[in-house]
Amino acid sequence: MIPSEPVITVRNMVKKFGDFIANDNLNFEVYKGEIFGFIGANGAGKTTAIRILCGLSSPTSGEMNVGGFDIYRQTEKIKQNIGYMSQKFSLYEDLTINENIRFYGGVYGMNIAERKLRTTEMLERLELTAYANRKIGDLPLGWKQKLAFSIAILHNPKIVFLDEPTGGVDPITRRQFWNLIYEAVEKGITVFVTTHYMDEAEYCDRVSIMAEGKIVALDTPEALKKQYNAANMDEVFLKIAR
Amino acid sequence: MIEVNEIHKHYGDVIALEKVSLSVNKGELFGLIGPDGAGKTSLMRILMSLLLPEGGAASMSGYDVVKDYKQVRLITGYMPGRFSLYPDLTVEENLKFFATVFGTTIQQNYHLIKDIYQQIEPFKDRRAGKLSGGMKQKLALSCALIHKPEILILDEPTTGVDAVSRKEFWEMLKRLKEMGITILVSTPYMDEASKCDRIALIQKGQLMSVETPQAMIKSFPEDLWAVRTRKIYDTSKYLELLPALISVNSFGQVLHLVTKKGVHTSKSIGQFLSQKGELDYSIEPSTATIEDLFILLMNHHKQN
Repeated sequence: MIPSEPVITVRNMVKKFGDFIANDNLNFEVYKGEIFGFIGANGAGKTTAIRILCGLSSPTSGEMNVGGFDIYRQTEKIKQNIGYMSQKFSLYEDLTINENIRFYGGVYGMNIAERKLRTTEMLERLELTAYANRKIGDLPLGWKQKLAFSIAILHNPKIVFLDEPTGGVDPITRRQFWNLIYEAVEKGITVFVTTHYMDEAEYCDRVSIMAEGKIVALDTPEALKKQYNAANMDEVFLKIAR
Repeated sequence: MIEVNEIHKHYGDVIALEKVSLSVNKGELFGLIGPDGAGKTSLMRILMSLLLPEGGAASMSGYDVVKDYKQVRLITGYMPGRFSLYPDLTVEENLKFFATVFGTTIQQNYHLIKDIYQQIEPFKDRRAGKLSGGMKQKLALSCALIHKPEILILDEPTTGVDAVSRKEFWEMLKRLKEMGITILVSTPYMDEASKCDRIALIQKGQLMSVETPQAMIKSFPEDLWAVRTRKIYDTSKYLELLPALISVNSFGQVLHLVTKKGVHTSKSIGQFLSQKGELDYSIEPSTATIEDLFILLMNHHKQN
């Protein structure tokens, strides 16, 4: 992967909750078209950082730019240009697939013609056309997760943030989910993803490892394995985080 | 210690458990491995007498889970998938509550929880709702243990937990097992299977296999190859056209290629890839993991 222009720039990012420092002076860039992995122990500060980059929480200090927009003054612009899939399932269980798509299309301000076109494409790709009028609550978890991801990129955002998208999903669906991620990258979408599955860390172009609010390592999986003399990312993570 | 005999359960037209039978021996660390929606929680809730089966029978240490539910609850400790302690009570108050309900005291069984509880004791005056994920998990386990149960049932204790904390949690389970407690634990993480004495692979309400992890890996009925390449996506597309192919899946930076037993050699696969113009690769026979077996059995069940 050849570094192109950065779509996310983070300089000296600090977030404090009272005395507690959740993000302690983070510095990194994410490049256009990259799959950027964010891993670390629970409580290391991953979700806090993602929420700030999505414009959902404001930092204590630092300079951050997401998709060309400033994190302090242009949070609404940022929200229009990103997709976000949280670890807690984010579609409405009582609405059908179609109703969820219409709702999110509306939230993202898509026009009706564009939304209809993209809905058809998406349902065909997921082989869910026949289920368009089923309630989300009736679908298996794997389908929901694939659907939530596809809806998060329905408006063709510059960047999509995925916070533990594959937790608890069966091994076949987990791999299908990653194929969807690769397809999104082909379309030019930059992917920012957190996971607890260390084999998935190896699917990323670059991985940053967080511990106690700091970024303790950031490189390609290959370089990290070499640097820590490890056979796989699981070993790298255990060596760094322990 | 735990006997499950043809247990059946459905919700509307969804079958949660289809004639599931298994037995867990005394002192065993038994793993129930499968994705969300496989039926793990339903089975555990039936064993805990929190849900009634529609058919079949189950017993815990000889007590029937329907008839003798009061005894069952006395001899078992249960950690549900969702955090279910009292968020408004402090760490110590929660523990005291569970001890009192079971007619015991923290002091009486402190030795059982000492290793685990000591790690959260500095925060004993903090409300449970304000704890981090890892600390909540340790408190829940302490509360499940405080009445000295014979059997411990843990529903996905490591879901959403990072790799380091997961490792520590399995070390705690090993120590509990050494104290003679029988443990039934469920997990969606296939790599945790090797920590168990025996495991059951469960998918769509059916047990696909019950064995020791070692025997399960040995039982892998086909040939498995590790293929390393720079262009993972392209190579896996080529390999999908390989004769006698069963599946090709990525495992990190390595492709696991499964072919019908005895058909291929590293050389014949290499020739196939060369014909496709792929030259930069390595192929070697490899040992299956539990995840490989799970994928194989899942595909097999889909076809039937």
